[in-house]
This record gives sequence, C-alpha cells and structure tokens, in this order.
Amino acid sequence: MSLFRRHSFSHGVHPPAHKDGTAQMPIRRLPFPPQLILPLGQHIGAPAKALVSKGQEVVRGQPIASAAGAVSVPLHAPATGQVLRIESVPTSRGTREPAIILNVYEASTQEVLWQQPRHLDGMSRDALLQAIQDTGLVGLGGAAFPSHIKLRIPDDKRVDTLVINGCECEPYLTCDHRIMLECPDDLIRGIQLAMQASGTRQAIIGIEDNKMDAVNLLAEHLKDIPHISVQAVETKYPQGSEKMLIKSLLDREVPAGGIPADIGVVVNNVGTMAALGQLLPRGEGLIERVITVTGPGIERQGNYRVPLGTPIGFILEQAGYEGGANEFILGGPMMGPAVSSLDTPITKGTSGLLVLNEPQVRKESRPRWACIKCGHCVSACPMHLNPAWLGQLAAAGEYARMSESANLEHCFECGCCSYVCPSNIPLVQYFRIAKAINREQAA
Amino acid sequence: MSIELRTTPHLHAPDNVIIIMRNVVFALLPICAWSVWQFGISALALILTTLASCLITERLFNPRNTLGDWSAAITGLLLALTLPPAFPLWMAAVAGFVAMALGKLLFGGLGMNVFNPALVGRAFVQAAFPVAITTWTPALFEGRFREFIPTSFTLPFTIPPAVAEWNSRVAIDGFTGATPLGLHKFEGVSTPVLDLFLGNAAGSAGETSALIILLGGLYLAARKFLDWRIPLFVLLGAGLTAALFHALDPQQYPSAPFMLFSGGLMLGAWFMATDMVGSPVTPWGVVVYGLLIGVLTIIIRLFGGLSEGVMYAILLGNAATPLIEQFTQPRVFGEKRS
Repeated sequence: MSLFRRHSFSHGVHPPAHKDGTAQMPIRRLPFPPQLILPLGQHIGAPAKALVSKGQEVVRGQPIASAAGAVSVPLHAPATGQVLRIESVPTSRGTREPAIILNVYEASTQEVLWQQPRHLDGMSRDALLQAIQDTGLVGLGGAAFPSHIKLRIPDDKRVDTLVINGCECEPYLTCDHRIMLECPDDLIRGIQLAMQASGTRQAIIGIEDNKMDAVNLLAEHLKDIPHISVQAVETKYPQGSEKMLIKSLLDREVPAGGIPADIGVVVNNVGTMAALGQLLPRGEGLIERVITVTGPGIERQGNYRVPLGTPIGFILEQAGYEGGANEFILGGPMMGPAVSSLDTPITKGTSGLLVLNEPQVRKESRPRWACIKCGHCVSACPMHLNPAWLGQLAAAGEYARMSESANLEHCFECGCCSYVCPSNIPLVQYFRIAKAINREQAA
Repeated sequence: MSIELRTTPHLHAPDNVIIIMRNVVFALLPICAWSVWQFGISALALILTTLASCLITERLFNPRNTLGDWSAAITGLLLALTLPPAFPLWMAAVAGFVAMALGKLLFGGLGMNVFNPALVGRAFVQAAFPVAITTWTPALFEGRFREFIPTSFTLPFTIPPAVAEWNSRVAIDGFTGATPLGLHKFEGVSTPVLDLFLGNAAGSAGETSALIILLGGLYLAARKFLDWRIPLFVLLGAGLTAALFHALDPQQYPSAPFMLFSGGLMLGAWFMATDMVGSPVTPWGVVVYGLLIGVLTIIIRLFGGLSEGVMYAILLGNAATPLIEQFTQPRVFGEKRS
C-alpha cells in the first residue's frame, strides 16, 4: 500500500455535512412515551413471532417475540408495561406491518429486569453466534441485517479482516460519532467479541476524516490492544457503503454481485459493535438505540437514546419543532425514507430523525428538465454504472434491458446520481421502480 | 400541518440546467465582445441577428416555453461566432432558423438533438451560400464602428457586393481579408502564432482570439460546466496529427501550434465539441471522441477542399457518439477486466 494513497474510493459526491448542530451534543435520554409501537419485522429476514398476547404484562428486557428462523432475531420489551394489542401499523418502509402495542407503566422504575450474564471467554463460535442472535441485535447503521448472520462466515469462505464502519457519511447524522466518543470501551469490547465470533485476526475501524477527534480518541484507547487499528478515510459520500469502505481501507474490490466475505472481509457498523459490547456480556436484549434528531425544523437538536418503538410524534414533542409543511425523514437525507405518519416508530434500523422545514423543502423541490447528457451522474456513481443510460432505458420502459445490459442490479441506491443531476431527474427512483418490476416479472 | 413525501435523496447539488447554460452564455460574452471590437457594428448586427433568429424559432416551434433554459441563446451566440463577420444578415437569420428547427426542435428539443445545432445551421449555409461564407474581411479596420461592411445588408436573391475593392481600401498593414488557414493553404503564407493566439487575424466572428476562448473555456471547466477532457483530447489529437505531417514535410504542412491556434479549432474544441447533448458521457468515450475530432479536423484541413475542418469533424464526432458510448461503457466496480 503506497504511502501516498489517499484512503478513499473513486467517484462519489460531497454534499454539505450539516453536522455542526449535533456533533458536540452528548447523548441524552428522552422520557418514556406513554405507548410503544413495536413492529415484528424490524430487520431483514423473517419477522419475529409474537410471544405475548393482549393484556399480558411484561418487564423491561423480557423477550416478547422470538426469532422465526435462522435469518431472524427476537424482540425484547423496551419498557415495563402491558400489551395493549397486536395490530398492523404504518412503518418507515411505507407498508403496514403487524406490531405489538405496549402501554408503558408510568410508575415503573424502568430497570432492566431480564438479564442472563455469561462468561464469554473460551465460548465456541457457534455458541457465541447463538448468544448474539438472542440479543436481537441487527446492523444499526440502517440496513438492519441480523448481526449473527453477518458474523457467521460461510464454510467455503476464508475471512481475515473485520472492518468496522465509523464513516457516518450521511449528512446531518452524528449518532455514530457520539457513540465513538462516549462509549469507546463498549465499542472495543464489541469488536473483540465480533472477531471471536467471526474468527477474524485483525480489525480496522474506518472513520471519515471530518471526525478526527474520534480517530484520535480511539487510537489512544487501542494503543495497547493488538490487532485492532483505526484509520481515517476521506470524507465523501457514500464512504460508509461497505464496498466503498473496503476499497478505501484495504484496496480490495468486492466482486460485482458478490459479498465482502468473497475477498476475506466482514463489515459491521460502530453503533452495532458498541451495542454488542454492552449487551452480550450481560445477556441483555436490544431495547433502545441512539438516534440523531436534527434538521432545520427541530428546536432542540441532539443525539438521544430512545426506547425502540417510540413514535416520532413523541420525539418531536420532546425536541420541539416548527409546524407547517415539513418532511420527516428516518435516517439521513441521502437514503432515508420520508414517512407519512407521525405514529411511525423508531425501529432497530433507524439512525436518525431528520426534519426538513418548509423553506428547505421548497428549496429542494425544483422543476425537472430533459437529460442534457452532462455526464455528472456517470462521474458520481461509485459503482461506475452509467445512470444516464439507465435513466434513458427506464424512461423508455426497457426494464429488462436495464438488467441485462446496463447492470441495474449493481445499483445500491446511494442516490449520488440524483444528487448531482442538474436536470433534477429522479434517477434512483426510476431504478428502484425498475428493480421492483423486474422482480415481479421474475416471480 | 402538511407532510411532504419525496423520494431520496432529499438533498441536491445546487447546480441545475439553467445555471449551466447561463454560465456558458457568460463565457461566450467576452468572445462576442472581442468580435465586436475587431469587426465593429457588422459583427454586432450579426450576433444580434442569429440570437434573435434562434430565440424566435425556439419560441414559435416549441410548444413549451423553453427560452428560460438559455440553450437557444447559446446556439444563437455560437452560430454568429462561426460565421464571417460580414455575413449577409438575412442569410444569418436563415442559419439561425435551420439551427433551431432542423438541428434541435426536429429531434425533440433540449437534450434530444444528435448534432450541435449551431453547426447544423452553419453547415446548411455553407452548402447554400458557399461564396458568402468564404468572404472574409480584415479585422480592426478604421471606421468599423461607423460603417457596416458592404455585404451585411445584402438583400435576398441579390448578388452580394464585391468586397475585394472595399477590402483593399480599408486594409491596414499586415492584414488582408483572407484567414490565416486560407493564406497558408492557398497562398503559402504563414501568420505568426502569437498573432493567432491573441487574435490579430481575420476569420469568423468569434474564432480569432485563442486566448479569450481559452479563458472562457477554463472558467467553465473549473466550474464543471464542461468536460475538460474533451477539449484536451481534441487539441491533443489535432496537435499530434499536425506535428506528424509537419515532421514529414515542413514546407507543405504547417506546424502544430499554427494549426492549434488558427481557424475555428479553439472555439470548436471548447464550446462546440463539449456540447453535452452530442458528446459521450463515458470516461473513455470522451477520450475517443476528442481524439477523433482532433484528427479529423487536421485531415480535412490538409486534404479537403476547404481551408477549415473543425465543423465537419465535430458533426462527425456527434454522429459517432452513440457508437462510441456503446463500446466504452464503464467497467462496473468489482468486475474483472475481460
């Protein structure tokens, strides 16, 4: 690896960071809401199966739904209270899904009453993976992929490096930044456990160079710890995409259509590792997470630790926001979906609540022009696709050809092409629709 | 309270089509100003005529009101800059109409055209009015701000007044009406490269000063409103081809610097080959496209019947763009080179 190689990947974009409002704010707690809404499908894979029934009382930390198969995780009660009902609710995916509605007991101390502390030293990899599944942990960066699956290395693959994703390349979000600054010990313990579970010999934490305080702090903590290092990478979107981060840190390219394990790497996000380091030794379940509440529409921006299932309407009341026409985004502005209901709950994969107020929304709602083939999208696509051509094919309805000859499948919907498009063409949306139609055709 | 629901990404880069087009117009204005300084009110009248012709045609024949995207203005200005400064104004109006109607609107308007509209307009009048388009006048003649060059007000279906006599009357030392390329090709006379670079020469209204064109082009490149690789490879292709022939026979073939700074090459490389709509978007595509235009320009100049070649080279480049793109699709991240 050359001394002069910049730790980065080619292409990508540089949206304004908008992180000043929250990066310096320590993580705080919000009060418990009167009611929690807990969708059973808070992760990729089969939704969990409810273990409780209407009217049942539960204590904080108790499992209330069990994993429904290998690619699934259980769900634990984020508060002591009573199951009000099980019904379908709107979620951030835009669909309605079954959820446990929990009435929170106001008088309760809300201590975690369900624990199963364990000795993890010398535990076999399989037992460790089982313990990880039992915590209900999923990727907290946004993808919500069950952690035990991610750390289970297929028998035919050899994996040497665990990459820890501390990039947080989405504008506005700072929760991972705060976790790195405030919970370095949990993070390092989590990384060690993940190395044990995945059988990897080294770990590298990649952090964008706009968070040098986190880089330096972790470097200090890792001084005497072998096999774990921290590395600053260029601040650029989508640096936090796992394929891009692996390229930046290790100069390895995940084969098109492949997974990181194909080139000996497994990737996890810092928030996930910190949660693992905190939950696993105590044998607790994932019942809360840190989210960044921010945006021009929010009065008291900051990073908050909230119970899973907290409706965004309650968070808005607590943090204060301007009324009027607003856009509520779960996650960052580049990939986070906008939601239509204030009853939508925070789930395991929600990294932030971004509120764009009316002036901001109006500023971003611009007229659309024809494609002038400026090529900006081609220069921005981190997967080196040709979004201009894909867009033309989409406009012509040639969805099959988009897959067959224009590599549609390799698009991971980062939105760089739409971000730079001077004609304001919703390219990512076109691609999403094309993929959905192709999936339907195939089924 | 109303809740907005938009798709990702929720942020967008600040540049848009209007800003890009407007900046191209800004970059063209100094070239226009230099043209008026050199050729006087005739050049000004020419610029205003093509501009008006293009804008009116766009307004009349495009059902949507698209004047606001500034693209018709670019075509109008560019077209004037490629024409002889004393080109009869009625012919210039025809060129503007053809540029917009046949060069752009026939294909469906902004973004849909295959060829650079200004060059379509120019190619048409090159075929229709071969004498007028090769009638040159000297630059910087005295009285250029008081009198029109006689050909400007030629009426349709009349024979343009001869300018040879007028040329000899107004010509100042060191200047004749012929362009440097014409002088070299047909009379074997070379113009000093520095004069070409600064713009002390006869030629089309906007092609004479390589310096001003370069400054405008670099401004657009710096703001990413044009792809700098295209002019780079056009000039590289032209320079290398010219140098090759010059090395073979220095007497017959002019040097590379002369070729680079004479005629419409600089204007074509920076402002017409880079027309986003007609040029490739793929990284290797722009290299192939640029080199193709550069090489063709020199071949046509040296072996064609005309002294100029960049117009046909760019039109051929535009025509080849879909094919070039087909063979230069980028290698997908993670895909092995085959």
